[in-house]
Amino acid sequence: MTARRKRKSILPGFGLTLGFTMLYLSLLVLLPLFTLFLKSATLTWSRFWEIVTSDRVVASYELSFSAALIAAAVDAVFGLLVAWVLARYTFPGKRIIDGLVDLPFALPTAVAGISLTAVYAETGWIGAPLARLGIKAAFTPLGVVIALVFIALPFVVRTVQPVIQNLDREDEEAAASLGASRFAAFRRVILPTLLPAVLTGFALAFARALGEYGSVVFISGNMPMRTEITPLVIMTKLEQFDYAGAAAVAVVMLVASFFCLVATNMLQLWGRRRGVWA
Amino acid sequence: MPPTDAARQTARPEERPIRATHASRAATEPPLVRWTLIAVAVLFLALFLIVPLVAVFAQALEKGVGVYVKALSDPDALSAVRLTLLAAATAVVSNLVFGVAAAWAIAKFDFHGKNILVALISLPFSVSPVISGMVFVLLFGASGIFGPWLSAHGLKIIFAVPGILVATTFVTLPFIVSELIPLMEAQGDEDEEAALALGATGWRTFLRVTLPNIKWGLLYGVILCNARAMGEFGAVSVVSGHIRPVTITLPLHVEILYNEYKFSAAFAVASLLTLLALVTLVAKALVEGRAKAPRLPAEFAQARGARPA
Repeated sequence: MTARRKRKSILPGFGLTLGFTMLYLSLLVLLPLFTLFLKSATLTWSRFWEIVTSDRVVASYELSFSAALIAAAVDAVFGLLVAWVLARYTFPGKRIIDGLVDLPFALPTAVAGISLTAVYAETGWIGAPLARLGIKAAFTPLGVVIALVFIALPFVVRTVQPVIQNLDREDEEAAASLGASRFAAFRRVILPTLLPAVLTGFALAFARALGEYGSVVFISGNMPMRTEITPLVIMTKLEQFDYAGAAAVAVVMLVASFFCLVATNMLQLWGRRRGVWA
Repeated sequence: MPPTDAARQTARPEERPIRATHASRAATEPPLVRWTLIAVAVLFLALFLIVPLVAVFAQALEKGVGVYVKALSDPDALSAVRLTLLAAATAVVSNLVFGVAAAWAIAKFDFHGKNILVALISLPFSVSPVISGMVFVLLFGASGIFGPWLSAHGLKIIFAVPGILVATTFVTLPFIVSELIPLMEAQGDEDEEAALALGATGWRTFLRVTLPNIKWGLLYGVILCNARAMGEFGAVSVVSGHIRPVTITLPLHVEILYNEYKFSAAFAVASLLTLLALVTLVAKALVEGRAKAPRLPAEFAQARGARPA
C-alpha cells in the first residue's frame, strides 16, 4: 500500500509505453476474447441454453466443479500443513522440499498427466496397493481429483507460507502465558489470522483446477458422462468443428472463472483489512 | 506448565530474558507433535510430488538406455525440440518487451483506468488453456473472422507454426510484467529523476539506471515465462492440429507417443521436460534471493493487484 501520490511525473516515455501496452493487449487479449463472445452470440438464446444445459455438458460441470472443490479443500488442509512445517521447523532436506513445492508450476502438465497415470494406474507404484484395497484411482473421478491436487498445491502453500513467516509470535506467547494450551492457541489465535490467506489459496487453487486440462486428460480416461471434464467437452466440440457450441460452453466457464476472480479479490481485501498482508 | 509460567512471569516482570524463553518455549509444539507434522507433510508431498517425479525417469529407462537414446534422437523429437525452443524464444522476447513497457507505464505514472489495465494483463492466467487456444481458432481459423482474408492471401496461422507462437505468447503474457510492476513501484522514481536532472536522456536513463535495478526481477520473470512456454499443452494442442512434424512441440510429441502406446519413448521425451522443470526450480531458487520482487509466483499477481504485497 504505497500511497505514493505521484505528482506530474517528469519521467519520459509515458505515451509510448502506454500506447504500446494498449495495442499489445488489444490485439493479443481483448480482440481474441471478444471473438469468443461474438461467436457464442451467433446462437439464438434458446439454442445457447440447450447446448450449455445438455446432459453431457452438465455432467462435465458436475465433475469439474466437485473435483476442483475437493482438490482445493485437500490442498487447503495439506497446503497449510506444508506451509507451517516449512515456515516454522527445521529438518534435514528442508530446502529441497521447499523448492520442490513449486514443481507443479514448472513441470509441463502433460508430463504430470502421464506420470500420475503411470503411478496411480492399477499396476502403478501407488495404484497397485490401492487396487488391493479395492480403490481404483486412475480412469475414475478419483483420478481427476488426484491430478488437480497435484497442480493446485503450490497455490495454497505459497499464499500461506509468507503469512506464517510474518506472524507476530508475541500473540502466541501471550496466549501461552495466559494459560492457553498450544492447541487452543493454534485454534483461537493462529488459525483466525491465517484464515484469509488459506481461503485465498483455496480460491486460487479452485480456479486453477477448474480450467486445468493437460494433467487431467491422461488420468481421467475421458468417458462421457463419467470422467469428462468441461475443458475436454470444449476440446471435443472443437475437434468436431462445432465452434459455436464450444464457444457457448467456454462462455459458461469464463463466467465461472470471473466469479472465482471476484471471490479471490474480496478475500484479499478482507485479509488486508485484517492486516494479514502488510 | 502454562499456569506456573504465567504466574512466574507476572510475579517477576523485570526478568525479561527468562520470560522470553519460557514464553517462546510455550509458543511452539512439543518435539513429538513437531516431528509428526513434518512426517505427515513429507509423506503427502512424497505421494503427490516426489513419486510422480521419480516415476518419469523410471518409466523412461524401463526398456533400457538404448530405447531412451533412440527416442530422443528421433527426427520427430528433434523437430519438436526446435519448435519448442522457437515458441519459447518468441514468447519470452515479445512478453519481455511488453512487460518492460507496461511496467514502466503502470509503475511510474498515474492515470485513469490503471486497475482495469492491470486486471486485463492478468486475464490469461484465469482462462482455461483450452479456451486460450480456441479464441485464436475463432479469430484465425478457416471459418474464423480473419480466416477468409488469410486464405485469400495464402497465409496460415491455425494448424501452422504461427498459431503455436501466438497461443504460447498469450498464455505466458502476465509472467514478466507482474514481476516487474511491484518491483518498479517499490523502487520509486528517485534514481531516474536524478539521472534526468543530471542531463541523461530518457533512453540512457532507462538503460543505465532502471535496467540494472530491475535485472534480477526481470530474470525471474523470464525463467517462469520460459518454463511455461516450453511446457504449455492445452492451448497449443488446440491450435496445432497435430500435423507431424511441423506443428508438434515437445509436450504434444509426448502426447502422441503416449497415445500410440510407445510409453518408454513418451517418458523419455517427458524426462527431458522434467529436467527442464528441475533446472527451472534451481534457477528460480538462485535468482529469488536477489530479485527483491515478492516471493510469490507471478500467478498470484492476479489476486494481489498491482500493489506490492
